[in-house]
Parts: sequence; structure tokens; C-alpha cells
Amino acid sequence: MSTTAEIAPKGTATRVSGAQHRALAFSGLIALMVVFSLASPNFLQTANIITILQATSVNGVLAVAATLVIISGGIDLSVGTLMTFCAVMAGVLMTYLGLPIWIGVPGGLLAGLACGSLSGFLIAKLKIPPFIATLGMMLIYKGLSLAICGAKPIYFTSTPSFTQISTGSLIGAVIPALPIPNGVLILFLVAAVAAFILGRTVLGRFIFALGSNEEALRLSGVNTGNWKIAVYGLAGAVCGIAGILIASRINSAQPAIGQGYELDAIAAVVIGGTSLSGGRGTMLGTMIGALIISVVANGLRILSVPQEWQIVVTGSIIILAVYLDILRRRGI
Amino acid sequence: MTPLISMSGVDKAFPGVRALADARFELMAGEVHALMGENGAGKSTLMKILSGIYAPDAGEILMNGRPVALGTPRDAQAAGISMIHQELNLMPHLTAAQNIFIGREPKSFGGWLLDEPRLNGDAAAIFASMKLTLDPKAEVGRLTIARQQLVEIAKALSFRSRVLIMDEPTAALNDAEVADLFEIIARLKASGTGIVYISHKLDELKRIADRVTVMRDGEYVGTVPAADTPVEKIISMMVGRTLSTEQAEAPDLSGADTVLEVKHLNRGSEIRDVSFSLRRGEILGFAGLMGAGRTEVARAIFGADRRDGGEIFVHGKRSDIRRPEDAVRAGIGYLSEDRKHFGLVVGMDVRNNVALASISRFTGPGGVLDETGMRDAAKRYIGQLAIKTPSDEQEVRLLSGGNQQKVVIAKWLLRDCDILIFDEPTRGIDVGAKSEIYRLLNELAKAGKAIIVISSELPEILRLSHRIAVMCEGRLTGILPARASQEDIMHLATLRPSLVATPGLGGELVH
Repeated sequence: MSTTAEIAPKGTATRVSGAQHRALAFSGLIALMVVFSLASPNFLQTANIITILQATSVNGVLAVAATLVIISGGIDLSVGTLMTFCAVMAGVLMTYLGLPIWIGVPGGLLAGLACGSLSGFLIAKLKIPPFIATLGMMLIYKGLSLAICGAKPIYFTSTPSFTQISTGSLIGAVIPALPIPNGVLILFLVAAVAAFILGRTVLGRFIFALGSNEEALRLSGVNTGNWKIAVYGLAGAVCGIAGILIASRINSAQPAIGQGYELDAIAAVVIGGTSLSGGRGTMLGTMIGALIISVVANGLRILSVPQEWQIVVTGSIIILAVYLDILRRRGI
Repeated sequence: MTPLISMSGVDKAFPGVRALADARFELMAGEVHALMGENGAGKSTLMKILSGIYAPDAGEILMNGRPVALGTPRDAQAAGISMIHQELNLMPHLTAAQNIFIGREPKSFGGWLLDEPRLNGDAAAIFASMKLTLDPKAEVGRLTIARQQLVEIAKALSFRSRVLIMDEPTAALNDAEVADLFEIIARLKASGTGIVYISHKLDELKRIADRVTVMRDGEYVGTVPAADTPVEKIISMMVGRTLSTEQAEAPDLSGADTVLEVKHLNRGSEIRDVSFSLRRGEILGFAGLMGAGRTEVARAIFGADRRDGGEIFVHGKRSDIRRPEDAVRAGIGYLSEDRKHFGLVVGMDVRNNVALASISRFTGPGGVLDETGMRDAAKRYIGQLAIKTPSDEQEVRLLSGGNQQKVVIAKWLLRDCDILIFDEPTRGIDVGAKSEIYRLLNELAKAGKAIIVISSELPEILRLSHRIAVMCEGRLTGILPARASQEDIMHLATLRPSLVATPGLGGELVH
């Protein structure tokens, strides 16, 4: 056994290839920013950059949740309305029940954890296909949110500091020239923790293993069902974070929003090079994907391109990203 | 000396099939014990019981003389029994080291974090003990099949396995890789590991096995020493003499037209220079072990897979078949072994399935379907082939296997195919319905259809075929007349290139 030469370069080739996709997405992001800044002097203003980052925060956090599920070989269509449901639950705790913020916020996150685990249970134990299970849950959360608050927004009137979670700026307090809102900070924190979980913990290892070959994992003596529930549970808790972020930013829980967010989240994941068939993906890629979506929307708006055309461009970028992924895999 | 493993009285039934009956097996420490038998003899089932994947209906398993309970793969692994499956069970996106220790990762920080350096170090240590140079961080999906196999072996070793079961480990390996594998097996054996070696390749067990146990029809036939038992004896144990039932009467076809001629068909390593011809009214059987390339030949003729080389003549005319449509136009119908996936739209009714391949005939102006014509056609074949169905509007999934097979036949008959290729025509069909399918095939041949039957069951081949083509490792190793003996067929089916010591042996048998 001495024929090692052919192996090592091949192994590295994959990593380079995956990194290539990310590098491509990243240079795409830079190229878009260059084009927009040449086209409009307003684009590169600090205020506008902060607007872009702020706009990315909610979708970015949802995309983190979607990435976890998609790498594990599943899909979660309920991230958008679960986000709203968690915001409503936080509103119920703080505004309806008058509980303090340190109960309301964890309460919203716990609601996300529980709901996500329920989706996981439907998928892992009742064997309902993820697409259908989370489609059903998506509608359930939407209906429940509307029912709970009578289709009217819940305003966080009794907890004035709640809005600081998203719009305050800890960095701005230290460096006044850089008033990056906390929402953006939270996004990067969530992505970093998720990347750490993926790379360094057993849960992360099993997320990749589930997406790569679930049967092999099962035959290795691992209870795949319970770990799947954990994946969806974690994704649900991350949706809870998104719920707190969006509610804090608009200082209200809006029961009617949420649907449609799941598609933006999945788009960010796909543009970032995570394979929809599972087993492969990174948080860094997802962050780049989420930023691309925000930059395109913002840049086209600055150039006064009508919103309907912004949507057309986003759609085209998704198809292009997936085609690049197919080209990459064909190269393997 | 107490055997390392002793299995006795093992029974196992699956719905409709008796897989094992009073099966027996014994393995000593430091022994390579080959387990042989035809397809479906029960080798894999027996070993899946030993590795905790299936639970036996009855029987006793002793390890070092003491009974063991092997309820799950994890129990078996804990007891030191590992199985390397024919279809490798690895996670292609993970690295070699990650695969080896999946579910048992070394951890740091009180079990919260993965200890990746130790993971890679432990894997490297196992590779070193195998005298194998392989990067623990190499992504498994990028490795060759041979190297993936070695990762599976390393995984088995990481459990400190005392029993290692290998199911057809050399199926995908080239000669150099086989030699490397045998070296590792020899080292494991020297260290006292007991190895169960499932293989079809008779020359291999001569090289590495100490003893051979033969199974047939889920039963134990016998155990013999590998070194001084002639290959013929092992083959006759595998085949048995009880199976030969009625055999086909070959009609005199010397005056019949040749309807299909295949010349020098090639496709990678799956099909190597296959040539044969088929006459009107003839049933040509294709025998061989699993992976011999029979289905591949059928798919290549049908245009389902691209071929690298070779010519196909239909009715004496060179036919450029590139896609299944071309084959169907030339009058060739292929009835795949997996009816549910490729042969039938099981959610649709009998009428639509029968008409599916001939739909243009029932399409009127504007694409409107002629339901009456389709119903008449379906009813005609329901009568002609005696398809048991309440009506032509019954969904196909509700029919029995035998009747589903008849619906596929009707589909191709309606399409006017005069060359029909049947791939495992009676798989999943019960015994009663089998003889009806046999009768139907004979009638079709009498009516002038030319038929190819691919089957892994020798009695079926012998019962149907007017001539028997035998394949091994992509080659056509011989064409035998009807009434050939099972020994002859098995001999040709195991005639690997490395075994051909006497040149011309294959050619001699070609008629």
C-alpha cells in the first residue's frame, strides 16, 4: 500500500472547489458593490452600508437556520412564519402579560426551539417528508400568529428598551464613527456560533453525516431520528432569534408578515454554495449569499430600478448560482 | 478449540420467501472462512444476522462458546463483529477519519467539542497498523472504490473487531488492489481476527481461504478445506442435483431467420466484446452471476446506455440504436427487472399502461386520446394473456406481480415488438404464476417472437432456454445448447480471465 500520491491532491481539490464557489460568490459581491458605487455616489455612504447590513440581519439569521437544515439533507419552509410566530409569542409575554424583557426574549426563543423540534418530530418519527411537514407548519404558524393577536400588530409599549436589541449600537457607543446596529452584530454572532457548531461539535458532524448518507450513519449505531429533531430544534431557535430581531426593529410583532422570507433565506443558502442535496455547505457562503441579495435590492433601489425588476434580478442570480454549483460538481 | 463464532439452527423468513432454514456456520480465530453459494443462497442474510442487521426467527449464536444477543448493528460492533457491505456504507462528504469514528468521536472540553487532531491521529494510527498510506483528512467521496473499501476495513478495525465479514470485497477492485487487500487480510489473520469472506470468485478462495462453507437455498450444504477440495466439487455443492427439473425442448430453428445479431458489443469494463445472434422463434437464455454484465448488455442493445463499440443488426439490417426510441422503432422491447421503476406506471390503470408505448396510435386530432381504441386493445390482451384484473380500468399497483408482468408484456406486444428482452421475468412472482409466465414465453416464441431471457435462477434458464449464453465479468464465456448441465453453466459463469489456464476452453464450448 504505497500509492498515496493520487489521493492527497484529490482531497484538497474538493476543498479548493468548494472554496472556489465561495470565492466566486465573494468576488460577485465585490463586483456588484463596485458597479453600484460607480453608478451612484450614494451607494458607498456609511449610512447606506449600514442600511444594507441592517436589512441583511433578519434574512441572514433565517438563512443560518435554513443552512443547518439543508446541509442535513432536509428543507425548512416554515422559517419565515415561525419567525413571526416567535415575535408574536414575545409580544404576548411582554405586552399582553406584562412580563419583563428578560422573560419575553428567552420565551420567544424557546417557542422557536419547541416548534422546530415539533417539525423534526414530524419528519424523523412520523416520516413525513420535510417539504410537506414544514409546508404544513408554515401555514399553522401563520394562522396561529393571526389568531393570537386578532390580526392586529402587538406593539411593545410596556418594554421601551426592547427596540434597542436590534437598533441600538454597542459598537457606536464605543466608536461613534461606526454606528453598526446591534442587529448586525447579532447576525454575525449567530453565524459564527453556527459555524462553530458545524465544524467543532458532534451535532455539526452529524448534520453533515445525515445529509451525506443517513443510512450509513444509522448503521454506525447512531440514533438518526433524535439528531434530526435536534437539527430542526436548533434551526427553530435560530428562527426565534430572527423573530426577536425583526420585532425589535419595528418595535411590534406584525402577524401578517413572514411568508416569503423562507424563499429569501433558501436563496441566500443556495447562492452561498450549499448543496440542496445535503452533506455540503458553509456558514460563510450563506453570509455572502445573504449579503448579495441585500446589495442587489439596495443597489437597484438607489438606481431607481422598479421593485418588480429587482425581483427578476434576484431570481436570475439564484439560477446562475445553482448552475455554477452544477458545473462545479460535474468537474469532480 | 472453541470456535470464535458458532451459528446453528438459524431460520429467517421474509414475506413470501424462506431465506434461511436451519443454517449453520462456524468461524475459528485466525481463520479465513469463505462462504459460497449461488445468488439468493442466503449468504448475505446469514451474515446480516451475525452483524445485527436482521433478527433471526430461530437459532443460536455462540461467541467463544457463550451465547450472544446481536439485536442491533451496535450490539454486534460492541461484541467485536463488523461487516463490510457490498454497497459501501460511507458518508462521501466526510473525511476518512470522520467516517471511521462517526458516532464515537474523541471529544475535548468535557465532551462539548470534537477533538479533531486526536480523531485524525487515531485514524492515522489504524492506517499505519494496516501498513496503508492514506491521508485521514481525505474526503471519502474522492477516493477510489478500493480505497473506500480500505476505509471500511479501518473502521471495522477501530472497533477492535475479532470478526470481520467481507461481502464481495473484490467486486470493484483491479488485480493490484486485490493483491493489496489480500495482504491486509493475511496480516489480520495472523493477528487472530476471524474473517468471513463472501465471494463468487473460486480462484480467490483458493488463494486466501482456509475453509469453505457452501449454502444452497438458505440451507447449509457442507464445509470443506479450501486447499485440497477441487473447484468442481465446490461447484457441484453449490448447484446440487435436486434442482434440475424439466428442461426445455429446443425446436429445430435451423431454417428460421436471424432477427437480431450483435457484433463486438463493448462498454467500458462492463461489456467486453460480446457477440451473439438470435433467431425467430428462439428463446436465448443469459446466465451468469450477479454483476456479470447481462443487464448491461440488454440495456446497451436497447439504447438505454451508451455503447463504446459494436454493431447491432435487426433483420439483417445494421441498426443505429442510440436511444430507447430507436430500439422500439426497430421492434425491440425491453422488460426491465425492476417493473415498478422502469416498466410500469403503477398508479395508472391497465388500459393506459398497455397503450403507453403505442400512444401515438391512439392519438386523434388535437392530441385527444381515443379511449375506446385503447380499451379495446387492453381488453384484447387481457383475454389473450389471461391477465387477472377486474377491468381494464384497474390500477396496475393493485395487481399481483405475475399479472403486472403480463401487463408489461401486453404493452410491448401492442407495440409490435418482435424481439423481446426479459430481464429477470419472474423476480418477485410466486411459484404458481411463474409457470404461467414460462408458458406465455413459450407461446410467444412459437408465435415467432425472438426472446432473450436474463435470469439468475439456473432452473429457470434451463427450463426456458433453447440456447444458453453464459457471461462472466462482462465477457460472453460460452453459449451452451439446451439441456446443458448446471455444472457446465457454473463453470462458464466463474470463468474469470485469471482462471483461464487452457486457451480455447471458452471457445470450445461456443456452439
